[in-house]
Amino acid sequence: MAETRPETPSGSLIMLDVPGWGGNLAGQHVDVRLTAPDGYQAARSYSVASSGGGNRIELGVDKLPKGEVSPYLVDELRVGDELEVRGPLGGWFVWHPEQTEPVQLIGGGSGIVPLMAMIRAHTAAESTAPFRLLYSVRRPEDAFFRQELAQPTPDLAVTWLFTRQTSPGWPRSAGRIGEADLRAAAFPPGVSPTVFVCGPTGFVETVASALVELGHDPQGVKTERFGGT
Amino acid sequence: MAGHVDGNALAGVLSELFSFDVTLARARCASCGDVSVFAKALVYGSEHGRVLRCCQCDDVLMVVVARPDGMRLQLRGMSWLDVGL
Repeated sequence: MAETRPETPSGSLIMLDVPGWGGNLAGQHVDVRLTAPDGYQAARSYSVASSGGGNRIELGVDKLPKGEVSPYLVDELRVGDELEVRGPLGGWFVWHPEQTEPVQLIGGGSGIVPLMAMIRAHTAAESTAPFRLLYSVRRPEDAFFRQELAQPTPDLAVTWLFTRQTSPGWPRSAGRIGEADLRAAAFPPGVSPTVFVCGPTGFVETVASALVELGHDPQGVKTERFGGT
Repeated sequence: MAGHVDGNALAGVLSELFSFDVTLARARCASCGDVSVFAKALVYGSEHGRVLRCCQCDDVLMVVVARPDGMRLQLRGMSWLDVGL
């Protein structure tokens, strides 16, 4: 572990130097395995926020109150500690810089992590494919990459949704994402976007159903569920 | 049930068994005939034992059980698996 940075009240960004990594596609994940002194092992998947070459990867990890792995990664892990990492994994929930169609990203909580890799890859490739992001978090301080997303980025429009508490004077009252939000801020089905939805399972399934209701082609909607509530 | 994830989460464990990216393979559900990439299937259980269910009819496609001496796969729920190489 090379560096860790608290990012939200419960989550951190964790930079790992992985010898021989050789790069990953935007949207892929790794499996992290911990082994206790008695030999007990636990493995969990974490999305990679970085993409491209090099041996340094960035993970975004949200601490689950009853988790076996995330509390250790967020609270205990120190610079220089070693972890077992397997990856890069998964070739389906990925964005390739060769893609030119509009891309709608929809993230809930730490589900932003693989979407951030796509945004960064889009910038690095100087892609002109239009990107839009809908990012839903409980409160403003729960957002990962808050500062980075506040920077104007060519061909990227960001819409924030808060489910519990908003910033003062925020035009939309706090509440869960719904069809009205998708209609107001997401690419319409008519432009045939590729849609990436990532977050807690309930969030992903609500959004995916609403997208199909609105007329999106299910084949153009890619989902990744993190589990939980 | 909110605790489930999806086929993306099996990329790591199945990379121990298969030399291709299983999440991109297309499986035909033996029950309803739906053909979808593995990544879209729903995954229940924990790392000790996982059940993969069809994203259309919810019937079981595959069971993966971790055993002290390796892994056991039950594949009866798929009539075939299409692998792009």
